[in-house]
Amino acid sequence: MTAVTAGTTGTTGAPSVSDAAVAATQAAYEAVFDAAVAADERIEPRDWMPEAYRASLVRQIAQHAHSEIIGMQPEANWITRAPSLRRKAILMAKVQDEAGHGLYLYSAAETLGTSRDELLDKLHSGRQKYSSIFNYPTLTWADVGAIGWLVDGAAITNQVPLCRCSYGPYARAMVRVCKEESFHQRQGYEALLALSNGTEAQHAMAQDAVDRWWWPSLMMFGPPDDESTHTAQAMAWKIKRHTNDELRQRFVDIAVPQAEALGLTLPDPDLRWNEERGHHDFGPIDWTEFWDVLKGNGPCNDQRIGKRRQAHEDGAWVREAAAAYAEKHTGKHGEAQA
Amino acid sequence: MSTPDTHTTAALTGAALALGDDALVLSHRLGEWAGSAPVLEEEVALANIALDLLGQARVLLSLVGDEDELAYLREERSFRNVQLVEQPNGDFAHTIARQLYFSTYQRLLYGQLATGDGPFAGLAAKAVKEVAYHQDHAEHWTLRLGDGTPESHERMQQACDALWRYTGELFQPVEGLDVDHTAMETAWLESVTAVLGKATLTVPAGPRTGAWAAGAGRQGLHTEPFGRMIAEMQHLHRSHPGATW
Repeated sequence: MTAVTAGTTGTTGAPSVSDAAVAATQAAYEAVFDAAVAADERIEPRDWMPEAYRASLVRQIAQHAHSEIIGMQPEANWITRAPSLRRKAILMAKVQDEAGHGLYLYSAAETLGTSRDELLDKLHSGRQKYSSIFNYPTLTWADVGAIGWLVDGAAITNQVPLCRCSYGPYARAMVRVCKEESFHQRQGYEALLALSNGTEAQHAMAQDAVDRWWWPSLMMFGPPDDESTHTAQAMAWKIKRHTNDELRQRFVDIAVPQAEALGLTLPDPDLRWNEERGHHDFGPIDWTEFWDVLKGNGPCNDQRIGKRRQAHEDGAWVREAAAAYAEKHTGKHGEAQA
Repeated sequence: MSTPDTHTTAALTGAALALGDDALVLSHRLGEWAGSAPVLEEEVALANIALDLLGQARVLLSLVGDEDELAYLREERSFRNVQLVEQPNGDFAHTIARQLYFSTYQRLLYGQLATGDGPFAGLAAKAVKEVAYHQDHAEHWTLRLGDGTPESHERMQQACDALWRYTGELFQPVEGLDVDHTAMETAWLESVTAVLGKATLTVPAGPRTGAWAAGAGRQGLHTEPFGRMIAEMQHLHRSHPGATW
């Protein structure tokens, strides 16, 4: 978007202008913004944007960043127990990528006038959320494969359309994130395939993991369309391109043949192909569980946020040291360290 | 490996195992940091170093036999890593001190091996680039912590002191490793002394070798935390004998 570049808001720096003039200017900015969105142009950090658009993006990008950071925990839980050196290397690389994704996303959020510190504060105090999926425990090695296949699969289904999101920095971060996520998803699928084709005990382990992760993965697409408070506005702004239910259906249609190829079943007796719709029908989601987990009552909510807070508190003296060192040495040598 | 007599082959195998176990065990310790680092950038950096080391371990162990059999089916007394790398992570300062001591050693070692024409020259040529980065990372953090706040200075000094006794073992000759251990030790002391000085830290006064620590890890004599570490590492693999993953 090129038409209007007016700092962060349309009204700053003009104290003497009359209210009417301000309102007229505001309307002009809005018209330019709306036209840019309608023409599928990208909104960039210096462009004028409605405050609600800015706030909505900060909320979504922050939640996305937090999910990457909290999402490291269930998988890191298995790094020290990975059953082969090859799997251990793959898992370490994946968890490292997640930290990297968190970094890109916090940077994208910062272009909207917030800071990583502020966002982390909100995560630690529970004022901002992360994906409900990471409140489930990883109980066996197969969970690592199931997360790769199902959780990353659901995340990709959600995120590929975000590569065309109206906000440029977010869309560009998503392009990079999606490439790496697709790689992880293939590795997860392959790990699960090895288990499914392995010993009887390994096959059972894989099936058990899929049984536990299937429904929580479907919940990752968010509440049904008629209960989703943000969807309509996000679609009008072209932040979102598809509704929750559309994406969930797309995911089910992709996952069913993959489960067959894996030789594993999905834990849904109502799952069947519907010739008329050209889609799979599937059973009802337990929305009580979904809202419960979202409210903080899932199996690992306290544990996840507790560990994140602990890491942050334990690291405070390290960050203070880096800041103190940078201050001393920036003064002396004019070079910023840390 | 070339076709020397069995004695030399055994020596090379022993050397590959020693270096491979060092890398494997330190990689595992660094992997324990995932999700707990003080800043996100360190999540990336520590995992990155852990991955480099795991890559080195896999190449070295594969020279000896099956990498997974060696990692997952040997007992504590058969591991040949130095005791330094098995030391628990402790706080961030302990992790950095361990990293400073070990990466300085590894850079000197691989530097020497890379210039020779021995069986490790190829591996060393690649690894020396990685460990140069590890050393740089450890040195920068030693400076920040040593010359940061009074608290970080104190913690860094304590960490350097606590791990000092495990550094003598790094320079015990390893059969099959064609390097000058004495020259390495001199260069190591010079390098570490310079970094600690720049970081306003005191070079620890305690002994660097002792009746127990000197060469003990290379003979399969380890410290108590190590057994617990490999119990965790090996549990799943051992629970499914013969399975592939």
